[in-house]
Amino acid sequence: MSIRDLVLKEIRTVADEQGKTLPPLSDDLVLLECGLDSLCFAILVSRLEDETGRDPFATAKASAFPSTVGELIAFYEPLDA
Amino acid sequence: MPEALADLIARHGAGAREIATRDARLALKDFAANSPFGGERSRFAGRSVALAVADMTHAAAALIDLDGLARRILLCPPGWDAAEIARAAALAEADAVAHDEGEPPPFACEIAAPVRLPLQPRGAAAATKLATEWVLPTSGTSGPPKLAVHTLATLAGAIAPAPLQEWATFYDIRRYGGLQIFLRALSGRGSLRLGGRGEKLDGFLARLDGVSHISGTPTHWRKALMSGAAARIAPPYLRLSGEIADDAVLSGLAAAFPQAKIEHAYASTEAGVIFAVADGRAGFPAEWLTRRGEVEMRLVDGALHVRSPRRALRLIGADAALTDAEGFLDTGDMIEIRGERCFFLGRRGGIINVGGAKAHPEEIEAALNALPAVRAARVYARPSPITGALVAAEIVLNDPAAASRELERELIAAARARLPAHMAPARIRFVADLVISDAGKLSRHG
Repeated sequence: MSIRDLVLKEIRTVADEQGKTLPPLSDDLVLLECGLDSLCFAILVSRLEDETGRDPFATAKASAFPSTVGELIAFYEPLDA
Repeated sequence: MPEALADLIARHGAGAREIATRDARLALKDFAANSPFGGERSRFAGRSVALAVADMTHAAAALIDLDGLARRILLCPPGWDAAEIARAAALAEADAVAHDEGEPPPFACEIAAPVRLPLQPRGAAAATKLATEWVLPTSGTSGPPKLAVHTLATLAGAIAPAPLQEWATFYDIRRYGGLQIFLRALSGRGSLRLGGRGEKLDGFLARLDGVSHISGTPTHWRKALMSGAAARIAPPYLRLSGEIADDAVLSGLAAAFPQAKIEHAYASTEAGVIFAVADGRAGFPAEWLTRRGEVEMRLVDGALHVRSPRRALRLIGADAALTDAEGFLDTGDMIEIRGERCFFLGRRGGIINVGGAKAHPEEIEAALNALPAVRAARVYARPSPITGALVAAEIVLNDPAAASRELERELIAAARARLPAHMAPARIRFVADLVISDAGKLSRHG
């Protein structure tokens, strides 16, 4: 599974578990407006860390935090991909 | 003259009573003319003695011998290394050390003698008996140790006269919960059975035939329920202490031991024994908060404060006072009142902060333990770059072969149905066993 598919799958899983309704997921959808709250994000990020073995937040500068779905996907894609 | 441990033993006669571990038996009557220090015993008179031995039988023998003789006994728990012993010994102003035979003393000290079994004939008994201070490290998990100062009078204050009781405990007797059982057994009419060094719980359970009263933490008891050996014993009395007893462990024990009276006690090294609950339900009646008497309780900002004559006399190595001006001690245990009942939520310091929302690991563990597939759960904080922390859990399943990603999702969904969203685990790991501290409690580290 590609990083893109994995991120989208986990977003949908977390939303489903937390009873949240998602708009269609597009790359420019702003994360804070997609219906997930901070607890959902925290869970999403912990799952992505488990699945990818990567914690990009640990090395990111605050200004580099992803703000859209597309940026979140890029966040987890290895630099050499 | 203050009553010493030897007087407690003499109350009902030493008779054929004994302290039995897997490896040794101590006949209580032998202490009348013998000592684990033999002729060296008198060197400990009036001293502050660090008792630092690996084996519990040796510790028991030294405690019986030193109470009334030494000015102070520092009870070093098993598992402490030499540096920890030396640090506590300095705080307790230890000027003597009782150590393992064949090992060097854990710190340099002019007066040092090994604890030897079997007992050896001793010289003449000292003419005066001291009100020996018993110094116990509190079970704080981080920072420098705090030492609670007790005497035999404060430690044994909650022990009422009782008919014949044959005791066993999963605890080490150098912990407050185990020490209570040690003193109960010695001041009673029966014997005491203790675990061997490094002995597994099921091995110990297999040696408990004839025992009537057994004590341990809820974690010990969950392990006992997991062990087939529990089916071979039918004790009339079970006691839980040292951790929160939830409905799952209480009903599990009631089902496995239908003949038994089951009590869960609330006590701490600092506060002493506060109460025991015998109605088989978690928590305690809310009306106890307004009871007046020897022991009184009240809630301050959700935390249980207690006033008891059995509390420690003082703390060594702590800046803060043990009690407030009215003599109430802040236990740090958080309480919630639901209807007519008070429930323990967990330790104030153990709260997991999920983006500003508070979660008590113990409360979540109780909810997880109530799920049919779950044998035992340990909840801990997982760091999160989004919310600071998230709730995560390790679970031992009733059927380990059932572990799957699917079951993890089911259990998370079941937890979410019972708990506020931030308290449901974000992740569950299935494990074969839970990490248990030397004190017999669930490890609260990470």
